[in-house]
Amino acid sequence: MTRNLIVIGAGMASGRMLEHLFETQPGAWNVTLFNAEPRGNYNRLMLSPVLSGEKTYAEIVTHDADWYETHGVTCRFGEKVLRIDREAQVVVGENGAVPYDRLVIATGSNPFMIPLPGHDLEGVIPYRDLDDTQRMMALGATPGARAVVIGGGLLGLEAAAGMKAQGIDVTVVHVMGHLMERQLDEAAGYLLKKALEAKGIKVLTGANSKEILGTDGRVSGLLLDDGTEIPCDLLVMAVGIRPNVALAQDAGLAVGRGIHVDDAMVTSDGHILALGECVEHQGAVFGLVAPLYDQAKVAADTLGETHATFTPKEVATKLKVTGCDLFSAGDFAEGDGREDIVFRDPARGVYKRLVLQGTRLIGAVMYGDTADGAWFHGLIKDHSDVSDMRDTLIFGPAFQGGAPSDPLAAVAALPGNAEICGCNGICKSTIVDAINGGATTLSDVRAQTKASASCGTCTGLVEQVMALTLGDGFEAQTVKPMCPCTPLTHMDVRRLIKSRALKSMAAVMQECGWTTSCGCASCRPALNYYLLCDWPGEYQDDDQSRFVNERMHSNIQKDGTYSVVPRMWGGITTPDELRAIADAADKYAVQTVKVTGGQRIDLLGVKKQDLPDIWADLNAAGMVSGQAYAKGLRTVKTCVGSDHCRFGTQDSTGLGIRMEKALWGSWTPAKVKMAVSGCPRNCAESTCKDVGVICVDSGYVLHIGGAAGLHIQGTEVMCTVRTEDEVLEYTAAVVQLYREEAAYLERMYKWMDNVGLDHIVERVVTDADSRRALADRFYYAQKFMQQDPWAERTKASYRALYAPLVDLTLEAAE
Amino acid sequence: MTDWTDIGALTDIPERGARVVKTHLGCVAVFRTVSDEVFAIDDACPHKGGPLSEGIVHGRSVTCPLHNMVLRLDTGLAQGADEGAVSTYAVRVEKGRIMLDTTRLRRGQVA
Repeated sequence: MTRNLIVIGAGMASGRMLEHLFETQPGAWNVTLFNAEPRGNYNRLMLSPVLSGEKTYAEIVTHDADWYETHGVTCRFGEKVLRIDREAQVVVGENGAVPYDRLVIATGSNPFMIPLPGHDLEGVIPYRDLDDTQRMMALGATPGARAVVIGGGLLGLEAAAGMKAQGIDVTVVHVMGHLMERQLDEAAGYLLKKALEAKGIKVLTGANSKEILGTDGRVSGLLLDDGTEIPCDLLVMAVGIRPNVALAQDAGLAVGRGIHVDDAMVTSDGHILALGECVEHQGAVFGLVAPLYDQAKVAADTLGETHATFTPKEVATKLKVTGCDLFSAGDFAEGDGREDIVFRDPARGVYKRLVLQGTRLIGAVMYGDTADGAWFHGLIKDHSDVSDMRDTLIFGPAFQGGAPSDPLAAVAALPGNAEICGCNGICKSTIVDAINGGATTLSDVRAQTKASASCGTCTGLVEQVMALTLGDGFEAQTVKPMCPCTPLTHMDVRRLIKSRALKSMAAVMQECGWTTSCGCASCRPALNYYLLCDWPGEYQDDDQSRFVNERMHSNIQKDGTYSVVPRMWGGITTPDELRAIADAADKYAVQTVKVTGGQRIDLLGVKKQDLPDIWADLNAAGMVSGQAYAKGLRTVKTCVGSDHCRFGTQDSTGLGIRMEKALWGSWTPAKVKMAVSGCPRNCAESTCKDVGVICVDSGYVLHIGGAAGLHIQGTEVMCTVRTEDEVLEYTAAVVQLYREEAAYLERMYKWMDNVGLDHIVERVVTDADSRRALADRFYYAQKFMQQDPWAERTKASYRALYAPLVDLTLEAAE
Repeated sequence: MTDWTDIGALTDIPERGARVVKTHLGCVAVFRTVSDEVFAIDDACPHKGGPLSEGIVHGRSVTCPLHNMVLRLDTGLAQGADEGAVSTYAVRVEKGRIMLDTTRLRRGQVA
């Protein structure tokens, strides 16, 4: 018989419990899920990557509408629960009452807001859910925006780093003497502070907040005890959480700091369970996800009337701020009978401290190199006797028993019961079993074991376990380094450039550990593009990292001469332009004049030293570089459209010219070709272009992802729009998304294969805000890109570079 | 015998770039590396004659712009699986000026 289960709160704990429930007791429960937030369960741990722009909300949703529907969950999202009537066994929501056989309270916690004067001003927010995250992200759109974060703990620092990544000027105000004092000691706190300051975040420790200042009801700054005033447009308070017990308390359940539960997660009412951040178990309350997942499993078992017991475990902490590698576990306060082992390497910014009591390791703090964290955590949890290896303990497992210091050795040395994924409590043997059972990719392992599927910081460890178990079979599938200079993939590097705000090639090579002094012919052009794309107006294009064609702004031919192609907007030219081209062809003894497939004219066989002169002549006739050599916009091919053609439905030529004028000059991962056809007869061949437009009576069909080169590929339809202005906005947005997400040299169709058309449609079509933001970023970058390279290079300072350094043939014969 | 000829200032060559010296025996590419070392080799790739002076310079190597053959600037030898070599010429920097040994490059000096 199906029984009624009500769950209040769609957070990570209750979400995990439902997963267990549907797995172990399918069909047993008729579930109603209340959530005060107007959305379902998402991975709150991943809000920081969303804030810093490394992930999108869609990527962190754990249960989507389909999931709830598949499992027959009645969702009452955005509806507040008014009260619980224990007598009648009903939950009363704003839209009516629902009866229950069992009730699970998972109301989580409320952020603690320090009642400083001014704490109720507009613009003072906690950091708790997606709405808060979006408030912070929105601030990033305002140039010169400033924010203050009160609280230098885990959450506060992630908020600060995320906002910094959005371009916001951030100050962290922390009352204690060093950051993250609950997880770190002073030395590690210092290194962390230094790393954050190097990212441009201001950090004030030992700072007491006195008053939040405001004007017209909006926050304008923070006043400290010592009189310092820090102006800001947003103030984020991240000083801690309090279990949310209001509903339970009103219902008369036993409540202390949290809702009292026993080992089976049952409250003082036998029909009601509670779990997550709202509970108190044996005097302890919870804030990290690992014990909550344990509770979820116990609660699901209890509902199924299986006996299960929740036992709190030692948890380890990692900070999800890219570039700040820290780890802490156990107890590391100084005390009688405790001994420290410390290792420092100032040059690398590495600090490790182990705390021993008797023969046991009881705490570990590490900064800068945390590779051995899991191993130390294991020793702490298992109360292992470490006296035999005390002398070499700090060097990690690779040094025990004289094993070579191979990066994989540390992982190989872990016993099967060593915990790899702290969030989900997954140990090494579970992962190995899954791999031996056929999971060969990271996503397989995540799907089957959940290892690295929550906060993701253990992804590297999981991959190492996979590498060890699969041997060579692993490397080939998932890790394709961008070049021999680095083990990182193109996508890793792109992510790090953004998240660590790396703005020069030297910074990328240093911070990502390049093994060569200045890269190679493969990575340098890629890095130059990524930096140019991600930091418009800040990064200086490096000519010496360009392939010859882009450096010379001409296509090199097999005999070392060049070809020159002036732009013909939308394939339209004039008699005057043609005369200037003919004159130039005569004057510079051009070998061949060729009409290209992109509707313009190619002058082939120009000598290098003549390039500046022929460009100057063409410039004088009003023409600019056609960039026929660029990984950028090549041409927008058009048909004559409604001006002349009896079938034309729209002004395809005019639209093509508008598109080309808007998009020229932009650098992209690979070349981009476009076309506009005036009717579905498609004379401009729009359906094999990167972006193709086909005009119809009612508007414009936008196609993307076509190619007709080495690989022939028809386009996919992205959407249909009604006006030319929309064509421009959608095109700019899709090109920008491609610029931001694709690997260097990856044509648009390949990128589309990787991310999927749905993703592109979601970001460019469905989500109007995302589209506008993409288009805005595109046009912002264009301000720096739309300079005719010819005009620049005909200047005297450049001209010399096109001539020989010296001509020894001119010296008189001896 | 060596015949040192002043062919220009170090700063005339972009860092990690090259300029050419025209001679009766073809062009010589003079490279400047990231650490301001200077090397001179024939400006023609042994593969298909590509202008090496237009290649990307990395470390003490250059990648040919036509088909990506990689050549050492100091030895003139092709790297990796490729075989082949280009001639190298003695070159040094004195007080910011580049001095090229042109003994083998003058008309009538063909060995």
